[in-house]
Amino acid sequence: MTNQELLEMQKMACKVRIWTIEGVFHAKSGHPGGSLSAADMITYLYFKEMRVDANDPKNPDRDRFVLSKGHCCPALYAALALKGYFSAEEIKSLRHIGAMLQGHPDMKHTPGVDMSSGSLGQGISAACGMALAAKYDSKDYRVYAMLGDGECEEGQVWEAAMFASHMKLDNLCLIVDFNGLQIDGAVNDVAGLEPLDTKFESFGFEVIKINGNDFNEIEAAFEKAKTVKGKPTVIIANTVKGKGVSYMENQVGWHGKAPNADEYQKALDELNAQLKVLEG
Amino acid sequence: MKIATRESFGRALCELAKEHPEIVVLDADLAAATKTDIFKKAYPDRFFDCGIAEGNMIGVAAGLAACGKVPFAASFAMFATGRAYEQIRNSVGYPHLNVKIAGSHAGISVGEDGATHQCCEDLALMRTIPGMVILNPADHYEMTEAVKAAYEYNGPVYIRLGRLAIDTFNDPDTYQFEIGKGITLKDGNDVTVIATGLVVNEALKAVKTLEGKGINARLINMHTIKPIDKDIIIKAAKETGRIITVEEHNVIGGLGEAVCSVTSEYCPVPVKRIGIEDIYGHSGPALGLLAEFGLDAEGLEKRIADIMKSFA
Repeated sequence: MTNQELLEMQKMACKVRIWTIEGVFHAKSGHPGGSLSAADMITYLYFKEMRVDANDPKNPDRDRFVLSKGHCCPALYAALALKGYFSAEEIKSLRHIGAMLQGHPDMKHTPGVDMSSGSLGQGISAACGMALAAKYDSKDYRVYAMLGDGECEEGQVWEAAMFASHMKLDNLCLIVDFNGLQIDGAVNDVAGLEPLDTKFESFGFEVIKINGNDFNEIEAAFEKAKTVKGKPTVIIANTVKGKGVSYMENQVGWHGKAPNADEYQKALDELNAQLKVLEG
Repeated sequence: MKIATRESFGRALCELAKEHPEIVVLDADLAAATKTDIFKKAYPDRFFDCGIAEGNMIGVAAGLAACGKVPFAASFAMFATGRAYEQIRNSVGYPHLNVKIAGSHAGISVGEDGATHQCCEDLALMRTIPGMVILNPADHYEMTEAVKAAYEYNGPVYIRLGRLAIDTFNDPDTYQFEIGKGITLKDGNDVTVIATGLVVNEALKAVKTLEGKGINARLINMHTIKPIDKDIIIKAAKETGRIITVEEHNVIGGLGEAVCSVTSEYCPVPVKRIGIEDIYGHSGPALGLLAEFGLDAEGLEKRIADIMKSFA
């Protein structure tokens, strides 16, 4: 991508992070860590990669995104709002009684959410079904599903991986947000996944490993995925949990906790400073 | 004519598929047993075997439904509703996706395979899922119409299928199926017997015999467990004053409790539940097991007569 495109992408990701913090702060609960680690890839998907139209969210030919790690919806909601699916003001009522934005994605009530998710391991299967539907209908839409690294401990992920490979779902692109931390600690201490790349390879996937917080690598990975034929792709993206907010970075405690008023202000100050630098 | 409802299901799917290209079928390595193999043979491009991975199968069905397909996902009742309960709850029920789930080999009439495969809890599990429609057809003609109705309904439906070949008793020329509307098979004023699924015909034989012994029982075929037909239950409670339910399912959580929930709220009358008494089944020939558990016509005749004495 051009330097200008890169700059625009970085600015948008910064805004996604700002609205992620807004959402979690106003909700007084939620999952900032994994939302911030995934923010760059979600930004890229909605602002560069996917063929979607906020004014036509149910278009049957659109690309689909399933946030299998549904608890990281603050970043998804931020991207959807910035893309124009709904007002960003909705984000301030995230998780409130009567709010449109639920604690985990709800396809029935939130424009732009392609699949309800939140119970780990289930989104990937739905994504397989969507990719299969595209094949069945001879349509060219692509399906993206983002999983957490800890989520890959769910057996259903591997049932789905076998299915995707067996069905040759080359229109399916998985993204594993490998930030290395889950609720109980480091993934490798809780229930080690490594080597995750050879696991997916042996399940028949094209495996691409990247730094998931680097837009050039993100772009290269999604571009390569589109050229893969006859098998699904997984992008294993090494990321920093809590990316962009200094005191949250690589801290397991920020998996599922909202910042207090002081912490909220500090996070916004940091992110706004980053945005200011990007905007020159 | 003797035919298992699983067979009727497979044939009905095939018929429906002729006119509706959006119907696709999923199975979890049990196509020969659930009878989706009839569909598979006719429409190989519309049949997807998911292997022995029921949780993924339900999720795949949800994704297909989210893209406008009408998937019928089949497995044994035990694994479809038990193993994949949470996938049904969260990936199908919560987004109210248009997925039809077929659970075959329900109840003890599975026979020789024994307790691990004799699911007597599926109705209970599916009743707890908001918005789930639950159909439990009693013979070939009813299953045929139920499959059509399930297709025409936009939302999740669970259909219970049996392994055992059973007699047809409905009249195909006059039979009408409507989701949520029980069918009165026999009038009577001493007691109302409400039965569902495979044991409806057994109950019908039993109440006919009891007629000659001075017990004039009404019989209702409750093919829809959810939404339960409140009106027909309240009417029966008011007119006959007592109810006996009959099901090939745990007495906990199935038809009996669904009926009790209606009577206790709207018209309290004594209700006795006949079914599997909160125990596991075991191996044996299906007919032998139905007799052992008192769910064949003779057993039901005796149970109903005994219960009538206790009602006095």
